[in-house]
Amino acid sequence: MQENATIQAEALPPATSLLAERWRVLKKNRMAYLSFWFLLFLFVLAIAGKALTDWFVVFNPQTVRLSETFLPPLSPFTSEIVPKEDAPVFGLYLLGTDELGRDVFARMLEGTFVSLMVGFVAVGISFTVGIVMGGLAGFYGRMRLGFLTVDSLIMRLVDIMLCFPTFFLILTVVALLPPSIYNIMIVIGLTSWMGTARFVRAEFLALRDQDFVTAARAQAIPEWRIIFIHMVPNAIAPVLVSATIGVATAILIESSLSFLGFGVQPPDATWGNILSDGKSFIFDAPWLTFIPGFTILVVVLAFNLCGEGLREAFNPKLKQGR
Amino acid sequence: MTNFIIRSIGQRLVLLVFISIISHAIIHLAPGEPSLVDPANPMMKAEDIARIRAAFHLDDPIHLQYAYWIRDLVTGELKSFKDSQPVLPKIWDRFLNSLPLFLIGTLITWFLAFPMGIQSALHRGSLFDRAGTFFSYALISIPGFFLSLILIILVVKTFDVPVIGMRTFGLEDSPLFFRSMDRLWHLTIPAIMSAVTGVAVLSRYVRSQMLEVIHQDYIRTARAKGLPEDVVIYRHGLKNALLPFITMFGLTLPGLIGGSVIFETIFAWPGMGRLGYEAILGRDFPVIMTLNFITAILVLMGTLLSDILYAVVDPRIKF
Repeated sequence: MQENATIQAEALPPATSLLAERWRVLKKNRMAYLSFWFLLFLFVLAIAGKALTDWFVVFNPQTVRLSETFLPPLSPFTSEIVPKEDAPVFGLYLLGTDELGRDVFARMLEGTFVSLMVGFVAVGISFTVGIVMGGLAGFYGRMRLGFLTVDSLIMRLVDIMLCFPTFFLILTVVALLPPSIYNIMIVIGLTSWMGTARFVRAEFLALRDQDFVTAARAQAIPEWRIIFIHMVPNAIAPVLVSATIGVATAILIESSLSFLGFGVQPPDATWGNILSDGKSFIFDAPWLTFIPGFTILVVVLAFNLCGEGLREAFNPKLKQGR
Repeated sequence: MTNFIIRSIGQRLVLLVFISIISHAIIHLAPGEPSLVDPANPMMKAEDIARIRAAFHLDDPIHLQYAYWIRDLVTGELKSFKDSQPVLPKIWDRFLNSLPLFLIGTLITWFLAFPMGIQSALHRGSLFDRAGTFFSYALISIPGFFLSLILIILVVKTFDVPVIGMRTFGLEDSPLFFRSMDRLWHLTIPAIMSAVTGVAVLSRYVRSQMLEVIHQDYIRTARAKGLPEDVVIYRHGLKNALLPFITMFGLTLPGLIGGSVIFETIFAWPGMGRLGYEAILGRDFPVIMTLNFITAILVLMGTLLSDILYAVVDPRIKF
């Protein structure tokens, strides 16, 4: 009897936790795996950049050196007019200088933190609102509040929000409100949750009558648990795709707002406003356009590829080898 | 079903009233008034501002202002704050300019995205799939105006054609052929630019949706029955994969205004998006509100259509 059990245990593959299993799947997707580490590195860089630009004078992104304008990347610091303590780090303009002689490297470092924060806070707001709204509408859809069902109440709100052209609405509100980075994040977040809500609701409509939900109800599992532990993971695959695109979009929306002059205001630097300031000098100082442009491209690309990898890894319906 | 449609239309009319109230409120409650646009102008005296405010009903309580707006909108007498031109004809002109851009952009989007997405899903992991995925993501990831700048420089340098604006100034008397070629060149880059993001996003959705469907049991059953692969993919698979795109179809309509602000500004295309942008800069409230309102009507029609199609296509969903 005991012998039998040992044989069986040996025949089975070694037990792995769910997370380790997912991690293995993610690792197989080379691009996603690389992007994942790149993003981790970027978070460290963003926090380090925030600390360095705040506390160390060589990294100060707001130092203006009027005799040192439009120096191409990697030019050494040789000026005799500019005081020594305003010299860039290593005595070298790693990424050149802009029209006010500010060190583009230091500005990009500062921008890393600000741009990532805009992306994450905005998407955090939008997805929390979206999943809760969509989940409520899908699950409690038939419940009545006065003469309206919960479903029609929430979906009418979604419809109202969807009726405003998003970018135009963001632009209107941001242009009318006093310019502030927090307003931009909140406005982007509160105007982009409707897609998530609709996706989650559509999935919930099909899921709520399925057997595993009935089974969960039969076990008297509390409703919030059914919604968030049992149903949301089943409904979340399309939402995760749009989550990754969401971070991308938020960073891109910020840069578009900067392009139109309503983004994060100077002297604060984001990738978006470095790019839109630089575009006037595209022929004289192409690095002012191309450095932030390609940075945005690479970082947003990493978000997207990593998200795609995560989605495939965490989607039970797409298991490898089928 | 008829009941459902009638009820939806009724609901949407109620919705429209709420939308008009909200969009009126957002704009009037936010700080920044039309009379404050040019505070440094020495010609603007206090009594001038008072006169302007009275003329635009800006001193009345907000519900009265709302009533005036709706009355003027319905009778077609709504005038822009900026140049006292009637708002509706002004928007109609710009709409006619935006329409070709939107139509061509949408056509490019849908005709490229579906074949690309389906092919990627069917040959998952192939070179085409990986290259397609990578390039879609690259295209989503690049800021639109950055790509436009690069494209403008490239096209102008290689082909030596004008791309900014809708037509070349001074070509009005030339033969029809030259004029249409000119229009086409001016249309090409903005249309491509407004389709780029759409193609990338949509083909990703098509791919992930197809992948999900392809592993379902009924696909295996269809294959086991011995059906030809094309029938399995296009009749059994694609039909089920299309469900989420019914919603997306309704959601493309607001792109007519919102999606075009950036590109119309870059390419100096006198469309609705640019009109909206100019109106925001000038605090031209009637134009902003009416643009919002018109988009709302378009979108409501889109969602009505998608709800009806949802019920028709998916028997799991009952109303």
